Amino acid sequence: MTTLPIEAGLQQERDITSVLHGWVTTVDHKRIGILYMLATLLFFGVGGIEALVMRWQLAKPQAGVVGPDAFNQLFTMHGTTMIFFVVMPMVLGAFGNYLIPLMIGARDMAFPRLNAMSFWLFLFGGLLTYFSFIAGGAPSIGWFAYAPLTEYAFSRGTSTDYWILGLLVAGIGTVAGAINLVTTILTMRAPGMKLSMVPLFVWIMLIDAFLVVFALPPLTAAQIMLLLDRMLGAHFFDTNAGGSALLWQHLFWFFGHPEVYIMVLPAFGIISELVPVFSRKVIFGYESVALATLAIGFISFGVWAHHMFAVGMSSTLDSIFAGVSLLIAVPTGIKIFNWVATLYGGRIRLATPMLFALGFLAMFVIGGLTGIMLACVPFDWQVTDSYFVVGHFHWVAFGGIVLAVMGGVYYWFPKATGRMLSERMGRWHFWLLFIGFLLTFGPMHAAGLLGMPRRVYTYLPGRGWEIWNLLSTIGAFVLGVGFAIFFVNLFVSLARGAPAGDDPWDAWTLEWATTSPPPAYNFEKIPVVRSRRPLWDLKHPDDPDWKHE
Amino acid sequence: MSRAADMTPELAPPTHALDRGKVGVICFLCTEAAFFSTLIVAYIKYIGQSTEGPTPATSLGLPLAIANSFFLLTSSATMAAAEHGLKRGSIAAFHRWLTVTILLGIAFLITTGAEWKHLIVNDGLTIGRNLFGTTYFTLLGFHAAHVTLGLTAMLILFATARRIQPSVRAAGLANLLAWYWHFVDGVWVVIFAVVYVLGR
Repeated sequence: MTTLPIEAGLQQERDITSVLHGWVTTVDHKRIGILYMLATLLFFGVGGIEALVMRWQLAKPQAGVVGPDAFNQLFTMHGTTMIFFVVMPMVLGAFGNYLIPLMIGARDMAFPRLNAMSFWLFLFGGLLTYFSFIAGGAPSIGWFAYAPLTEYAFSRGTSTDYWILGLLVAGIGTVAGAINLVTTILTMRAPGMKLSMVPLFVWIMLIDAFLVVFALPPLTAAQIMLLLDRMLGAHFFDTNAGGSALLWQHLFWFFGHPEVYIMVLPAFGIISELVPVFSRKVIFGYESVALATLAIGFISFGVWAHHMFAVGMSSTLDSIFAGVSLLIAVPTGIKIFNWVATLYGGRIRLATPMLFALGFLAMFVIGGLTGIMLACVPFDWQVTDSYFVVGHFHWVAFGGIVLAVMGGVYYWFPKATGRMLSERMGRWHFWLLFIGFLLTFGPMHAAGLLGMPRRVYTYLPGRGWEIWNLLSTIGAFVLGVGFAIFFVNLFVSLARGAPAGDDPWDAWTLEWATTSPPPAYNFEKIPVVRSRRPLWDLKHPDDPDWKHE
Repeated sequence: MSRAADMTPELAPPTHALDRGKVGVICFLCTEAAFFSTLIVAYIKYIGQSTEGPTPATSLGLPLAIANSFFLLTSSATMAAAEHGLKRGSIAAFHRWLTVTILLGIAFLITTGAEWKHLIVNDGLTIGRNLFGTTYFTLLGFHAAHVTLGLTAMLILFATARRIQPSVRAAGLANLLAWYWHFVDGVWVVIFAVVYVLGR
């Protein structure tokens, strides 16, 4: 992965330091995308190990693997890592960066140096947050860091400051990356490629980047307020001086719920690319997928307080936020129908990427349904802060985002490296992940309905929680084995995988029109685009798409 | 290169109606608007919630705020004149009007400094005194920081505009800087309405 074929001759004479120097100083969107991928996989490994330690501790009642303080640090860092240092940078940074210029027939992003800055800010933010471990202890405030727990009176020491500053730095990088994506998509498209012709992944990433532009600054502002409270004795969230701890919740979730869509929309984008190619059909209802994404984007800014039903808002507000939250199921459902209708009557190829896509379809529907349950206020009151909620959002985050992202990795790895991932190991990976996923997160719903609160470091026997926790723990270790196979697959296939060729999946979008891996300049000649499937037009000049669109 | 790419007919380089710099700066200003909106919402929420200490009614005066509004609003006009000068190709007009803009910006910062000195020394109002101080200094401080950043960018463009080639590019940069400056000006209008009119 460190040498692109186009440069192989040159690099033979270089030593390892100059190769590293090339990577560190690169402004090439593909290299930055790969750097994002490597860094997020590293953080993913760390966050996964944190989860495994927690599951080990919870496998049986009153286990002594870790104490309460360490447990608090583990769940805080697990959530923070997975959201801010894995999923967001992976979907926006790795997938967005690598694929979007290729898909729209551009030679790079709109602002290549800003792009590099985004990556290094993200990496520095992640390392800064993790530095807290050796600077007196990791933050133990939960990933949403509710005030007043995070105020200096209750959270002494520097761990919370590391959380604030690390996320602040990474957040600035994320916003810069989003600005870059929007600008790239709006101004860098190949000649002839109208916005109504870009691949759906690009459409969805455009809306995703807009969500980042509007949703992340409120978090930045809230974190600055918290920092001022802690460092300079300000009173934003200090109830003694008339401040409001609830303001933090409102500001955090005003970011936090669009954030859910910031993470899951790119998964929709990946699925919208995979399903047509492996069904050998055009996507059913291109326009409605794009419009439904736009609708989700808008509605996502009006649902944040459904995270706060239990704080005692007025029943009017409860009803409004419940209603809007239910409403978001409509555009999401439209997309599910689009994908299923694309499958219908298609010549389906069950290659590994498609396995993950189908797994996503089935599991995401279930995660969406428990979401609808939680949008109903009385039910939410009953299970809020219980393991039911943990089960729900992991069902969406893992069954939705992780499965789709893994499908995307199997699909585009050949493009990025020139080699196919092993299908054999891919199948093991998929089935271990799928079974491990069901086993880990299914029982959490049961434990939650039986009253098990989230974030407890242990529990007493005799409440009927033992079996569900044991199953979850077994499932978590099955997941661990699945991911171990994935990492082995990455390394082995990188060294010995079958050569991929330019277009191993017989796909239709422009990234497959160039070599694998693409040269630094992406396309020798900027392609001309007349339809939504420009590569189909190239491969079938006798029957091009643009005659029928 | 691949066969598929070789088959691609070559076309004239892409010509787009949208300019990279403009789209990028508009997105950037959107993030800034979201950021300031959050601070303003916090300010509005905490109007009259302070449990002790100086209040806006006792501490804030309109004269300084009106002077500040005059400086910033005028500077937006002079910035537009500077931008126009560069577009016409007159570096001299650009330098002249940009100097006026920078001086007006500095006058704004000096007036703000005088107001803050009065608040801190005479009224004992600091960021840690009460909610009014907390929200006031945070909101006004971030705005003043943006003014300072704008002035820094102006100084850089002042020094380098002559050397930027082609000159259309310098005019484009002046245009983007002017957008930023008008935005900072617009934020001040909202601050004036919220802090000095509504909140007093």
